[in-house]
Parts: sequence; structure tokens; C-alpha cells
Amino acid sequence: MRLRDHTIALTTIVRREVRRFLRIWMQTLLPPAITMTLYFIIFGNLIGSRIGEMGGYDYMEYIVPGLIMMAVITNSYGNVVSSFYSTKFQRNIEELLVSPVPNFIILTGFVIGGMARGLLVGLIVTCLSLFFTQLQVHNLGVMVSVVLLTSVLFSLGGFINAIYANSFDDIAVVPTFILTPLTYLGGVFYSISLLPEFWQKVSLINPILYMVNTFRYGILGVSDINVGFAFGIILLFIVGLYTYALYLLRIGKGIRH
Amino acid sequence: MTQISTELATETTASGAAASAGEAIPKALSIRGLTKVYDNGFEALKGIDLEVEQGDFFALLGPNGAGKSTTLGIVSSLVNKSGGEVRIFGHDVTRDPVAAKKLLGVVPQEFNFNQFEKVGDIVTTQGGYYGLSPKVARERADHYLQQLGLWDKREQQARMLSGGMKRRLMIARALIHEPKLLILDEPTAGVDIELRRSMWAFLQQINSQGTTIILTTHYLEEAESLCRNIAIIDRGEIRANTSKRELLARLHRETFVLDVAPPLTSVPRVEGYPLELSGDHTLIVDVEKEQGLNSLFQQLADLEIKVVSMRNKTNRLEELFVQLVENNLQ
Repeated sequence: MRLRDHTIALTTIVRREVRRFLRIWMQTLLPPAITMTLYFIIFGNLIGSRIGEMGGYDYMEYIVPGLIMMAVITNSYGNVVSSFYSTKFQRNIEELLVSPVPNFIILTGFVIGGMARGLLVGLIVTCLSLFFTQLQVHNLGVMVSVVLLTSVLFSLGGFINAIYANSFDDIAVVPTFILTPLTYLGGVFYSISLLPEFWQKVSLINPILYMVNTFRYGILGVSDINVGFAFGIILLFIVGLYTYALYLLRIGKGIRH
Repeated sequence: MTQISTELATETTASGAAASAGEAIPKALSIRGLTKVYDNGFEALKGIDLEVEQGDFFALLGPNGAGKSTTLGIVSSLVNKSGGEVRIFGHDVTRDPVAAKKLLGVVPQEFNFNQFEKVGDIVTTQGGYYGLSPKVARERADHYLQQLGLWDKREQQARMLSGGMKRRLMIARALIHEPKLLILDEPTAGVDIELRRSMWAFLQQINSQGTTIILTTHYLEEAESLCRNIAIIDRGEIRANTSKRELLARLHRETFVLDVAPPLTSVPRVEGYPLELSGDHTLIVDVEKEQGLNSLFQQLADLEIKVVSMRNKTNRLEELFVQLVENNLQ
């Protein structure tokens, strides 16, 4: 299969993925917009006004980068896990398996689909945040690259979750019991410098902490961790998960008998 | 002509050149020593060999669980094989999957499209997977949807279609890249007789245009009407693989039903033919193949019994199929 065919196949998968989440926008785009607006009102305005400053910034300013990142993470993951699982469930994964589309194009197509939803929701949340605070950009390159890489990473995570899932319950387990706690404990609402030393060290094994703080650095210029190290960790995870997802596709885990 | 068509034409020319140079023309499908053992230890295929010539209309028959769908699943890359080799027009599906898959179209037994997508989108999206540009994919989708009577449904969600329409949708989707080999797994299951016959006509048309067709079916009448060559698979082994004519020649006896006049009150005495009276207008007779029917008609005419109409009591292929599978069980 040549480059032209690869490109057409990839854009076909991406177009189908985007069409899917736009078709069901009431389930995919509206809920995060409402949830995040509530966060802004309750945590940012009502409670935040009593908290005062965090990391040298208004509490509202401090949590906005974390909330944007939280939206990107959950929606990138959620898009791929639900889309790929329903593709398995309805057996229309067979449309791809009988075709000459190579595995890396299938994987890349679903990942770009996840990124598209994650980034679109991130943009919606960013626009909503402007009703509550003024955003500055400390380092545009860091801000854009970390949000892109984060959406890639969690799209890959969603893909692997979907491959292993045998029921709709299985696609809810990881987001509910792993992703949400890690996100809440990943420095979205607080600086880890507030924690006792032991818990600060425990927090460092949470990969989401690195993404939230790097994004916050891109916007505010403050971070609990070293930004270069954070990029290294994110890239390492991406390479690891991409390789593993390709391996699962090659052996046909969950999709071929 | 599109890129895919150009490539297919190039490959066809290449195979023609190979033939003229004295090399064998590759089979549309060549299976050698194919085995499949599922994770639970069930041995679905026990080393089958199968060849389908280019341009053939081939039936793969067998009872439920015989290995038909497993075989076709491996050919179409939906099932991992345990051993053996599968080639499509000479391209190994494991070592050269891209070339092999480009030449293959698959219509599965179960509906396997996104029920919430529009009919037109399902077909054009499949074209994209084969490298067709959106414009070409849309043109071809329109063509096949028109041919299969689905064009006015192209903007509807697939879940709104009837069962027969969904089957035709899967055929349109399988043809979007104009494959040289089309595999249909139970294509007319649950389809009414009128629609089934229109689908037969469509399949015969594309076969006459050069597409090799392999189908599995439970309607043995379908295989007898459409196919030139037939393989019967049972318990993971090929029991018969020959032309339909040769297979049917194995039947030594046929049962005929004769509608007669005037009404009969007893079985007429006819020498050499065991007759059975069913009602007062119908005679049932078993006829040995070498025996022929002339003497029967002559004797009935002598008794002033008129044969108004005649038909086979059972489908011939069905009878043979039952014989082969029963022999296997014994």
C-alpha cells in the first residue's frame, strides 16, 4: 500500500471518528462544557474566593489550566475507548480487518480521532474559562506541545482499554477507578507543595501530575516539577503505549479468534 | 480509471503475461493444509486443501459447525490460522496481505456495519480503506447502491433498513473496491424468495463480468442453481470437491412426483417402477438413474393414465449432501 493509499485510509478513519463524536455531541461535547462550567463557578468563584492565592495566583487562575487538561485527558481517553469498543461490539472492526489498511494506520486514525475530541473539548473549556478569568500565555510552545502529547497518550490508553474490554462495564472501570482519582490527585486543584513530604513523593509517581504542571507552566509559568523531565516522562509513556497497542493489533487481541 | 482499477488491470496483465510465458495462472483461491485449533482446544479445521479457479462460481457447503465460516474467516483475515497456507490470486494472505486483501471482497453472515451510520457513508468509508478518493468512492457507492436498489436509502441510518436491504448493503460495501474474488457467507439467509432471486441474478451478472464468487449457503437450491463447482466440508475436513455435474452424477436414484388424471383409486401395476399413491391424483416413484422414464410413461399411457405434471420430490443436491454427511457420521 502506497503513501497515497495510506493517507486516504487515515483521513477516512479520522473523518469517520470526528463524524461520530459530532453526531452525538449531546453526549460528547455538551456534558464536559457543563461540568467544567460548574467547576469554575463552585471551585473557582464560590470556594476559590475564600481560598485566596495558590502558587502566587488567584485560585481561579491556578485551577483553569488543570481543568482544561482534565477535560483533554478524559475526552481523549473516553472517545477512543468508547469508539473502538463499539466498533468491536458492532463487529464493524471487520470492515478494517478485511481491508488492506495496516495496523499502524488503524491505530493512528483512532488516536487522531481521540485527539480531535480532546482538543475540541479543551478549546470549549478554554473559551468558557474566559468568562471567569483572564488567561495569559507564558510559553506557547510548551502549552501547545504538552496538550497535544497528553491527548495522544490518553487516546492510546483508551485504545488499549478498548482492546481488552469485553463489556461496556470494562470500558468504565479504568476511567472511574484509575483515571479520575489520578486526575484529582494530579495537582488540578492544588499545588503538591501543600502536601506533607511523604505524599509529595507519592504524587510524583502519578503521570498526570507531570502533564497538568507542564501545561500550567505553559500558561502561568509555575510548575511543581521540572518541565523537561515531564516531557521525557510523557514521551516515554507514548512510545511504550504505542508499541504495545501495535503489538495487540498484530496478534489480534480481542478482535481476531 | 481509478488507481485501484489500474493496479488490478496491471496485475491481470501480469498474470496473463505469466501464463503466456508458460507459468500456471494463479488460482483465485488456493488453500493448502489449513488447520485451526481454537483456544478451547476445538479443532475446527483438520488440514484442508481447496482450490478455486479464476471466474468460478463456487459453493462451500456443510452443516452448522463444519468449518465453513472458520475457513472463510481465515481467508478474509478475520480469524488467525493455526497452520497451512492461503493464497488469493497467488498472494499469500499472511506474507503479502495488502495485495491479497485488495483482490478480495467479503460479505459476512452477520450484519457487521455501524447501525447508526448512513447507508451511503458506510459504503464510501469502506472505499476509503482501499485507497479510493472520496470522489471515486462516492461515484462507485452510488453505482452499486443503485444496482442493488438502495440508492434512495443512502441518507438513512443503516438500522432503519429491512433485513434484506442490510444484506444488499453489505454486498454493495464489499464491491466498492471492485474485487476479483467475492466471498459471500450465507448471503440470502432470511431473505424472501423474490429478493433472493434478484440477488442471484445480480451475482450471476457480476460473475459473468469476471468476478470469482465463493458462497456458503444453507439453501442447497441456491448452490445448485448458481454454482459450477462445489465443495462439501464436514467436521473440519473436505468430503467432496468437484463440479456440480459430477457431484450430482453420484446420485443413483431420484424420486419423482407425478400429478395424474383421471383420479386413481389404487396403485396402477407398472413393471420395474415401485409406485406409491398419494391422494387420488399423485403418484410417487423412485427411478434408478440408468433406468430412465420412457418406459414408465409408456406403461402409464397404456393404462390410459395421463401425466399432467412432474417434479423432483427432493432437491438433488440436498439428497446428496445428506448422504455424504450421514456417511461421515457412520
